[in-house]
Amino acid sequence: MIVGKSVKRVDAFDKVTGRALYTDDMADKSALIAKIVHSTVAHGYVKSVDISEAEKVEGVVKIVTCFDVPKFKFPTAGHPWSTDPHHQDVSDRLLLTEHVRFYGDDVVAIVAENEIAATQAARLVKVEYEELPFVLDPLESMKDGAPQLFEDYPNNILNHTGYEDGNYEEAIKDPGLIKIEGWYETPIVQHCHIENHICYAKEEAGKIVVVSSTQIPHIVRRVIGQALGIPWGRVRVIKPYIGGGFGNKQDALYEPLCAYLSTQVGGRLVKLDVSREETFVSNRVRHPIKFHLTTYAREDGTFVARRMEGFSNQGAYTSHGHGIVAKGATGFRQLYQSELATKADVYTVFTNCPVAGAMRGYGIPQAMFALESHIEDCAKALGLDPMAIRTKNMMPVGFVDGFSKNENYFDSLNQVIEKGKKYIDWDRKFAEYQNQTGPIRRGVGMAIFWYNTAVWPISLESCSCRMVLNQDGSIQLQLGETEIGQGADTVFSQMAAETLGIGMDKVHIISTQDTDLTPYGTGAYASRQTYIGGFAIKQTALILKDKILEYAHYLCRMPKFDLDIIDGNVVHLTTKRTLISLEELATTALYSLERSEHITAESTYQCKSNAFSLGCAFAEVEVDIPLCKVKLLNLINVHDCGQLINPQLAEAQVHGGMSMAIGFGLSEQLLLDPKTGRPLNNNLLDYKLSTTMDHPHLEAQFVENFEPTSAYGTKALGEPPAVPGAPAIRNAVLNATGVAINKLPLNPHNLFARFKEEGLL
Amino acid sequence: MYDMKALYEATSVQHAIELLKEHPEAKIIAGGSDVLIQMREGRLAGIELVSIYKIDELRGISMDDDGTLRIRPLTSFSHITRDPLIQKHINVLGEAVDKVGGPQIRNIGTIGGNTCNGVTSADSASTLHAWDAIMEITGENGVRRLPIREFYVGPGRVALAHDELLTSILIRKESYEGYLGHYIKYAMRNAMDIATTGCSVNCKLSADKKVFEDVRIAYGVAGPVPMRTPSAEAAIRGKEVSMENIEAFAKAALQDVNPRTSWRASKEFRLQLVEELAKRALIECVKLSGGTI
Amino acid sequence: MQTQLVKCTINGKHTETVVDVRASLTDMLRNDYRLTSVKKGCEVGECGACNVLIDGECFNSCIYLAVWADGKNIRTLEGLLGENGELSDIQQAFIDEAAVQCGFCTPGFIMSAIEILESGKLYTRDELRKLLSGHLCRCTGYENILNAVEKTMKRRLGIEV
Repeated sequence: MIVGKSVKRVDAFDKVTGRALYTDDMADKSALIAKIVHSTVAHGYVKSVDISEAEKVEGVVKIVTCFDVPKFKFPTAGHPWSTDPHHQDVSDRLLLTEHVRFYGDDVVAIVAENEIAATQAARLVKVEYEELPFVLDPLESMKDGAPQLFEDYPNNILNHTGYEDGNYEEAIKDPGLIKIEGWYETPIVQHCHIENHICYAKEEAGKIVVVSSTQIPHIVRRVIGQALGIPWGRVRVIKPYIGGGFGNKQDALYEPLCAYLSTQVGGRLVKLDVSREETFVSNRVRHPIKFHLTTYAREDGTFVARRMEGFSNQGAYTSHGHGIVAKGATGFRQLYQSELATKADVYTVFTNCPVAGAMRGYGIPQAMFALESHIEDCAKALGLDPMAIRTKNMMPVGFVDGFSKNENYFDSLNQVIEKGKKYIDWDRKFAEYQNQTGPIRRGVGMAIFWYNTAVWPISLESCSCRMVLNQDGSIQLQLGETEIGQGADTVFSQMAAETLGIGMDKVHIISTQDTDLTPYGTGAYASRQTYIGGFAIKQTALILKDKILEYAHYLCRMPKFDLDIIDGNVVHLTTKRTLISLEELATTALYSLERSEHITAESTYQCKSNAFSLGCAFAEVEVDIPLCKVKLLNLINVHDCGQLINPQLAEAQVHGGMSMAIGFGLSEQLLLDPKTGRPLNNNLLDYKLSTTMDHPHLEAQFVENFEPTSAYGTKALGEPPAVPGAPAIRNAVLNATGVAINKLPLNPHNLFARFKEEGLL
Repeated sequence: MYDMKALYEATSVQHAIELLKEHPEAKIIAGGSDVLIQMREGRLAGIELVSIYKIDELRGISMDDDGTLRIRPLTSFSHITRDPLIQKHINVLGEAVDKVGGPQIRNIGTIGGNTCNGVTSADSASTLHAWDAIMEITGENGVRRLPIREFYVGPGRVALAHDELLTSILIRKESYEGYLGHYIKYAMRNAMDIATTGCSVNCKLSADKKVFEDVRIAYGVAGPVPMRTPSAEAAIRGKEVSMENIEAFAKAALQDVNPRTSWRASKEFRLQLVEELAKRALIECVKLSGGTI
Repeated sequence: MQTQLVKCTINGKHTETVVDVRASLTDMLRNDYRLTSVKKGCEVGECGACNVLIDGECFNSCIYLAVWADGKNIRTLEGLLGENGELSDIQQAFIDEAAVQCGFCTPGFIMSAIEILESGKLYTRDELRKLLSGHLCRCTGYENILNAVEKTMKRRLGIEV
């Protein structure tokens, strides 16, 4: 068995020796450097651009303004394209824009011989704006008379969806119900992958070749084609190793602009290396969402009717758009059950904020913060144990979602809760920490979460895989699915080795995706890589294996159905005899003068299933009330993501998600100046990403229920670890202090305000 | 690549002064952890620099014959923390600069740069204020000395002429002998951060550890420049070591400070910190001095 | 363009480079020597991805002028491999402990680990947290990085892990 074993990462050697090449490492030194002049107003029209001073800078090759670029509007979201026009992503971007909609929008691009010339020229460009009023808050933005970002979207509402199970208005009339309601709010946060987005482009062989730090090379190819108005086949996108993505690079970012700039300088190599400051503002951020949740419950804690209203701040352009809050609404509907009715209305609203896109969890971190905080508030209001109220109402075993047909096959939630409780010593501490006094108090809190894997049935789910048998019996393995640091290449290799019956050393995965060479796959998002990639790998491996055994049958004359590959040898099952090594077979097949065969396999698997990925977090905190500080003492995540393909890497991935949840819970937020919309802290000093000194030990545990719908029993683990930490911390602070803090992050500023309100200070 | 017009590498203090005279627009760069970042941000783009980083005579810590501690300005934070003289006589300074940024920043950042950039949040500045540091400045016409309180003239401004260099930071024997101090950096995270408010307190207890013979306190980010709070010091000097007196001391600090509201923190929150940190730092000093509270 | 000759030792080899005075040490190491383990994550000394050893101490090479390297002994990740390409203990530990994910912060972390390990001191877990706090990582939550450094430190000191 190779699946299920903690084999070492296939890319680790190259990464610990500096051999792994990332985009900038591959760019030739001759590259021209592109810099972007960003909008310095939150909303307005560019009246004029004066480039006369900028052009004089020695080394400037080309300046392109918003008035020069082609007018092909394009979408940027890393979604599979839909052939149904009604289901296509909104095309609302241009390469550079005259109508700037946020502070940091793209107005002018400079191409110069070197970085300094480009930077100097960018500073010398004079842009004159006709300033327009702007709006940063989604609720304000929805009001009549608010500044409009797009003509086609009245009241700035990009989309509104809702559902109603049962009759909510009738249900709440049930006598004896207790109403609990609250507003819950999450801030703008950013992905902060350590490698900023970077790409370079040149023309070669009649094509535009773009090398990019992206999660989604095949999608980026399509978007570049759309943006430049050229056939998609004329675009070649190459994705080398990337320094993290977390969803930011699940958008076409500056690849279309970079490709265009290359075409404007005769196809010369142009590199666009985004600074950290730009990454924070002019890439993507996580949607800040305001939720209003209402629960009508009986005294015994039974949820009778539940309601969600959500207002998702899209920022200035659509990107991933409404999918984020819509997914949150689905989580709300399914994680807990209502006796009579569940109703939701969620809105995605344009504002003059940085553009929100995908970020690890896709709406679920926001929704679960709101929901799990609210559940805790329900327990408190009803005087019930927060654990009991959860187990009473949460998604039962056997639950089937009518839309996706997902089934909750196992008692995962209770199983993960049991593990978490035990680790944190819940029963003792929860009781002990009630009703403390004094300046420093401790508390424990927990949260469960709902997640589902991949994007079916919302969007297409398919993946292609190619395997090529080498003379030595090893294989090349290629998928369109991408390694972005999560370990995809390693688990893909494990899966291929497992099904083919060969060792890990015989699987050579090609990490780079090159849209000219790599079979189609949509890329790394939606925690889909192991689940979706698994199907294509298994299917392709079985095809390859069948071809190998067919050739073995030809060579050895034993019936194919009695042959198998075990440890790299073709074995006759009945006699247990090794007939031929894969190496000998492969060499023979390739060079045979009688029957030469290049043994390869390639196939596409379309997946029409999806799987719940459930889990929980438990946190223990110490709150210093006079200093308004939360010290996290303990944090555990427990996940059921099915069979672990590589337990050690799974654990490592959970650590990373927990770290992101700690930042989301306690310290991270991108601030905008309310007077100008200007970002205030768009750098790694002022944006408070956790350091080594801001974490306790991170404990990751698992429950492994083999997922029946999955090729290797696995399901989502990429994003879920980032989900439950923040509400668990929030609930722990409530347990410690009695103060409910409904606005993330729980940083000293928010604690100070709330402790003042509650009279603790 | 840094957008600089020219770089002049000084080989000695005299050379640096000459270069500064020759280039009236040039700015001094020591370790660069401040200047280079401002160049990257565009604020100092296109300037001329006089680099003093290679002047080794400006590095190191020694003791003058009269017992004065002499800290040369290019001494990096990490070298200050590890220095035996600092550890013996004014350990709190080593502890304070050990809270700057992270390890790499503490290897490049210098105490001279930290003070000469004139910012109120500098982790070394409050402690130097609290220990009555003297700034020794060398110019064309020789050496002059200035108490640190007079060195800071305003936000980002210090009393250095264009062609002068800070050449030593001095702590006199009477300033450190018998005193023990504690610094609290309050920041949003535990590393790689700048102080929301910093508080440095030191005290000298009576022989029986019952009375505060002297207490000195200074803050960073409690006003436009690092500052002492004389009202607090006066309120506790000569008083008995008691929680009540410590609380009165902390309250008195509020009379002298003048924090402002910015996106980094509100004035109200900083005032909360001013009082709370004074209390906690002095309690710690009492414990360090062998007193009980 | 103002240039200057910089003589220094890079990974044990004496080098002479004529550099643009405007260059950072990151620029010189990446562009002139193709030492691509020196990563650019923020270029203002906040992320630690460009960390290298200069005379045994860690520096963010992005905020260190290349001309200052004159006379210095500089070490990067590329210099850690043995004569026959064998991994150093700390590199192996990063592999074994799954301390590597996207790998972009890895070279910087390993070079800080080298300074820690070469001190020959035994540090507590909390001290290690502080000694590594000049590096940001978004993938690992630092947990396995700390494990790798702690275990290697203990092994070097002959302490059972």
